[in-house]
Amino acid sequence: MKISLFVTCLSDTVAPEAGRAVVRVLERLGHTVEFRPEQTCCGQLHLNTGYRREARQLARRFVRVFGDAEVVVAPSASCVGTVRELYPSLAQGDAAFERQVDALVPRVVELSQLLVGRLGLEDVGASFPHRVTYHPTCHSLRVLNVGDAPLRLLRAVRGLELVDLRDATECCGFGGTFAVKNAETSAAILADKVRSIVDTDAEICTAADSSCLLHIGGALSRGGCAVRTAHLAEILAADA
Amino acid sequence: MRKGFPAAAQDALGDAQLRRNLLVATHAIRAKRLAAVGERPDWEELREAGRTIKRRVLRHLDAYLIQFEQAVERAGGHVHWARDGEEACRVVQGLVTATGQHEVVKVKSLTTDEIQLNETLAAAGIDVLETDLAELICQLAGEESSHILVPAIHKNRIEIRDLFRRELALPHLSEEPRELAEAARLHLRERFLRARVAISGANFAVAETGTICIVESEGNGRFCTTLPDTLITILGIEKLVPTPEDLEVLLQLLPRSSTGERMNPYTSLWTGVTPGDGPREFHVVLLDAGRTDVLADEVGRQALACIRCSACLNVCPVYTRTGGHAYESVYPGPIGAILTPQLQGPGRADSLPYASSLCGACYEVCPVKIDIPEVLVHLRGRIVAEAPPWRAERAAMSALAWVFGSERRLGRAQRLGRLVGRPFVRRGRIRQLPGLRAWTDTRDLRPVASQTFREWWASR
Repeated sequence: MKISLFVTCLSDTVAPEAGRAVVRVLERLGHTVEFRPEQTCCGQLHLNTGYRREARQLARRFVRVFGDAEVVVAPSASCVGTVRELYPSLAQGDAAFERQVDALVPRVVELSQLLVGRLGLEDVGASFPHRVTYHPTCHSLRVLNVGDAPLRLLRAVRGLELVDLRDATECCGFGGTFAVKNAETSAAILADKVRSIVDTDAEICTAADSSCLLHIGGALSRGGCAVRTAHLAEILAADA
Repeated sequence: MRKGFPAAAQDALGDAQLRRNLLVATHAIRAKRLAAVGERPDWEELREAGRTIKRRVLRHLDAYLIQFEQAVERAGGHVHWARDGEEACRVVQGLVTATGQHEVVKVKSLTTDEIQLNETLAAAGIDVLETDLAELICQLAGEESSHILVPAIHKNRIEIRDLFRRELALPHLSEEPRELAEAARLHLRERFLRARVAISGANFAVAETGTICIVESEGNGRFCTTLPDTLITILGIEKLVPTPEDLEVLLQLLPRSSTGERMNPYTSLWTGVTPGDGPREFHVVLLDAGRTDVLADEVGRQALACIRCSACLNVCPVYTRTGGHAYESVYPGPIGAILTPQLQGPGRADSLPYASSLCGACYEVCPVKIDIPEVLVHLRGRIVAEAPPWRAERAAMSALAWVFGSERRLGRAQRLGRLVGRPFVRRGRIRQLPGLRAWTDTRDLRPVASQTFREWWASR
């Protein structure tokens, strides 16, 4: 299958290892990965902060860039959620744009959805002999409803010890500009999440979103905690 | 006046005792709710039915209101229409004054809190007694409610014991829940028996029959609605349901969502007046106070479907850290964040739609499926479109949109960011970044990668 990677602006800029890992996993499985360099950002940041006009422009760009792709995969449930759940309302009132969105949306998926849901895989041939805990990000859980797809993938990784996270489904407090506009509240939510993670004694905390991991990782390293963060894709790409 | 959410949240965030009280209490209700909901295999169908009923009411509200008015009057009650809180207060004050009484007992009602009825009546020399235990605690403490269902959730037993010792002159009271409840019971009993006028809100009002329904746990509502001669009920116009059969759905959804009970201990329904049984005079005040404006907003109007269960508060990562007072409104939590700004109009509570990480936990538990995140984002859009706020943010957002408008500009911005950020990088992390202190005060930041993804791909 020819798979087009939407790497997301955040992963592109500060966490490129997640994007590289997606490429590695998919190529190892025998798929062709393409990267369309015209891609930038899905517009989520603008949309969720209230800047609809700017978000609509970015949505138009996304649809133009990926319109003819067979399937688009992103290492971010949040960005895929924006495309799948919010683009239709952004397109409202422009019939041509609406049609383009309707046609594209079913082809845009998050990594675990692609692997488990579309390709029917659980074992992607990864090996990662570490103690890992999984944080189900809010948008993977409640916007995209990926269910246990990421957990199934993790359970099939050789050598990986998966440990439960207390209050796993609680938000990490990121929320895009919320982390800055309501910094103290965000930090209070994050502190509880970090405590749960540290209590697992895991070496790695993983998730389906680089953004939440950036947030969690920022507190882990600030607190001098030994736990590291790694995107789900990085674990699935590991085969040493 | 209003501090705005970020500032108002600070008191609570800095109060370790309060945060502990909140987390313990909300987690306890959450677990009960989950168990009660889990018993119903048809929970999702019930939610859908609840949503449908409330949406139908909103769609045909004009007709249902007229039908309700006629039904109440047919049953011997009187209906008053109030455009805003001030008018509603004036009507109620007039009705109480006409009875010649100087004290009233009250059933817990958010709507009366919303219009600050107690303050108006007190100013007119009328003594108002809250009879719901938690409302009584707030009233004695001179504090605002901080939760829709459990207004004193911010207080623990020790704090309540100390309050009762002081205010009810019971120096030897213990913090045993039974003893605390008994103290309140004795305090209230005498007043119930003496009261000639009562004021209530309403959980539901049936358009077809003119019936009012209130649900409660303590029996204080039953006292208030049966013993006095005059009963005055105030309700927002969105509280209507079409027929008594609709209560079948909503009375299943409400207790399970709110207290985690299959059924609440007391459900009172009354229709007009009945000679020789209950109040001799019955008045209904129908309150608009911004609700028709909310109704005009196609996305925002779903907030009016709320049945005040408070499930969204208990699961909200924000509310459970900040408590209710940070919202500076009678309607706190996620539902408050979408209801308050709409009821109060533009410019009044603009920080509230931003008081959410958009985690979606509220939508997941809402018994009438209000898509709270959708409304939050919609209201943010309205704020940005109507009243350009925060000039620096607007400039930053425009700049960012311009950068994202071209892949070449994005590539250049990434290289520039790498260069500018370099002096701040310590062992691969940025620990302090001027201009982004809100983030870096508590969290490290990752710098622009030494090789961005697009650079890596180009070099492949």
